[in-house]
Amino acid sequence: MLELPWGQKGSMKLSKAAGSRTTVVSAFALLAIGAGVPLQAQVSLTGAGATFPAPIYQKWFSDYQSIGNAQINYQPNGSGGGIKAVTEGVTDFGASDMPLTDEQLSAYQSKHGFKVLLFPTVLGAVVPTYNLPSVKQPLNFTPAALAGIFMGTITKWNDPAIAGANKGVSLPNLDINVAHRSDASGTTFVFTDYLSKVSPEWVQKVGKANTSVQWPAGIGGKGNDGVSGIVKQQEGAIGYVELIYAVKNKLAYGNVQNSSNEFVTASLSSVTAAAAGAAKSIPDDFRVSITNAPGKGAYPISTFTWLLIPSKIPDNAKKTALVGFVKWAITKGQDEVEALDYAKLPSSVVTKETKAVSLIR
Amino acid sequence: MATPAALTGNLPPRSASRVLYDRLRGGDEIAYLLTLACTVATLLIVVFLIGELWFRSQAAIKAFGLSFLFSSTWNPNGDQFGALPFIYGTCITSFLALLIAVPFGVASAIFLSEMAPPLLSNIFTFLIELLAAVPSVIYGLLGVFILVPIIRLNLVPLLKHTLGFLPLFKGSTFGFSFLSAGLVLSVMIMPFIVSVSREVLLAVPVEQREAALALGATKWETTWQIVLPNAKTGILGSIFLALARALGETMAVTMVIGNTPVISASLLSPGYSIAAVIANEFAEANGALYVSSLIFLGLVLFGLTIVINAIARIFIVMTSRRFG
Repeated sequence: MLELPWGQKGSMKLSKAAGSRTTVVSAFALLAIGAGVPLQAQVSLTGAGATFPAPIYQKWFSDYQSIGNAQINYQPNGSGGGIKAVTEGVTDFGASDMPLTDEQLSAYQSKHGFKVLLFPTVLGAVVPTYNLPSVKQPLNFTPAALAGIFMGTITKWNDPAIAGANKGVSLPNLDINVAHRSDASGTTFVFTDYLSKVSPEWVQKVGKANTSVQWPAGIGGKGNDGVSGIVKQQEGAIGYVELIYAVKNKLAYGNVQNSSNEFVTASLSSVTAAAAGAAKSIPDDFRVSITNAPGKGAYPISTFTWLLIPSKIPDNAKKTALVGFVKWAITKGQDEVEALDYAKLPSSVVTKETKAVSLIR
Repeated sequence: MATPAALTGNLPPRSASRVLYDRLRGGDEIAYLLTLACTVATLLIVVFLIGELWFRSQAAIKAFGLSFLFSSTWNPNGDQFGALPFIYGTCITSFLALLIAVPFGVASAIFLSEMAPPLLSNIFTFLIELLAAVPSVIYGLLGVFILVPIIRLNLVPLLKHTLGFLPLFKGSTFGFSFLSAGLVLSVMIMPFIVSVSREVLLAVPVEQREAALALGATKWETTWQIVLPNAKTGILGSIFLALARALGETMAVTMVIGNTPVISASLLSPGYSIAAVIANEFAEANGALYVSSLIFLGLVLFGLTIVINAIARIFIVMTSRRFG
């Protein structure tokens, strides 16, 4: 999502005001009960980045405030914004829906002299959403069908490429209107990452995964709501949105065929299954794409979302707070994620992360 | 500010300072310096803006040069960037908005200043000016949920049926289109035209009207032949103000234009504008050339505004020579 500079300033002011108010309130509380606990200054941390995990991050940060005595301000200004902010050292940490590229990592290294580390926090998924009032049950999409639709080579809903996977469903002879994101977005990154893995033709025509690509077909809507707005209004339209968004807004979305040739409905468990399938081969820096992941029941358009944390934090109080937060978020914090429709991390990834986070100096 | 008393208290009683005090007390020097400082500060912002856009777009300028303006490829994956579809979209939507808003706006202004009873005129003007205070995202939402479906379901079939042979109304019908953006923009810029034009018309001296009426002109003849020519420059000024607003409008346009970088003669085709693409892609743009190209687009929009304004000014000079 786009957050304009003046918007950020405004919300920063607000959160600062809120912060000082809580400090004052807690100081009064301590005075009132006459507790012997020494009044410790709260550590204040700032972060910026991905909008997709922002709701769970906000919840975590507010819960962690009392647990870790740290106040964390988060600006959901997009994955690109998070990568920029942490690289330029504007914020204490960043957040991103896409793994950093080798160039981005080395750019950070050469600027700061140490590395930036990635920590997966929760999982999300992207679903194809469509508007076909005559079709009641969820449609099945093969990778070839999805790639063909979004490349503009499949133009009718009753095309054999779609009908073949939906035996018994009477598909209308209707034009397919494609809707995609017009703003550069982590959601587009995940979706195009998937398409570029399953379709060589896509790679040839459109290229590798990116936050925005040159779409061969369709029109652009701004944000998840822009895409779903286009889809809702127009019979025969198809777009892609985040799973959480589709669930909350009760959009119709299809099943996607995974690498084991099963048609899988996106759900919290099928997304975690995709992560578990990929977890066996997860690299030490956690930079892994889990689209088209192997494994039974794995939903193929899934992704981790990452926190970006410097490997060296000179301020000891900040380091303790941030390391403590990551440890808490990937263990206790995971109990809170499903209530907000995020998928949990698989336990093998949590174990690996707990080790990695202690390496922050 | 130092009060005169404080000034005299601080200064030794010398004749030179007495002179200075007298001059300061008149206010001329202070007013001159203060207003000059404010003007220079405003100009500095413009200079700073151009400088910043220029320096930050260097990478794109070096990579593409002037061909940036004439290329219609926008492919972040291949690091290929061109501005033509966005320039086209910005110009078409703004032109369309003016085409609709100018006749409506000027006609309303004439009614409000010349024909309506003063009380009614004031109430109507207040209500029309309220339109200018509506946030553009609201216009965008109304566009998405009301205007776009109406265009797709009612207006497009009508246009296709009657004027479908024109290239202007050929092609696909998403509803999200140049036409939608132009219509939304026309509503947004209308209050500027109405409000400023009305003020300008009211400023035409009453004696002019009285003289015309005394010579036997009808009310309409007075308005058309005496009042309007007098107010012409001001009305054109209001149109430029509206045009500037239309060129730079971002949110409402991006919500209804379809955000597709294509150049199409059809007004029903989806398109894109410069401001919309910057707003859409800047936050998440990754890659130095990508960001630089977006900033270059900002510079192009700046240049486009200047060029269009210059053309408009030349047009005024020419028309006022001919008819003035």
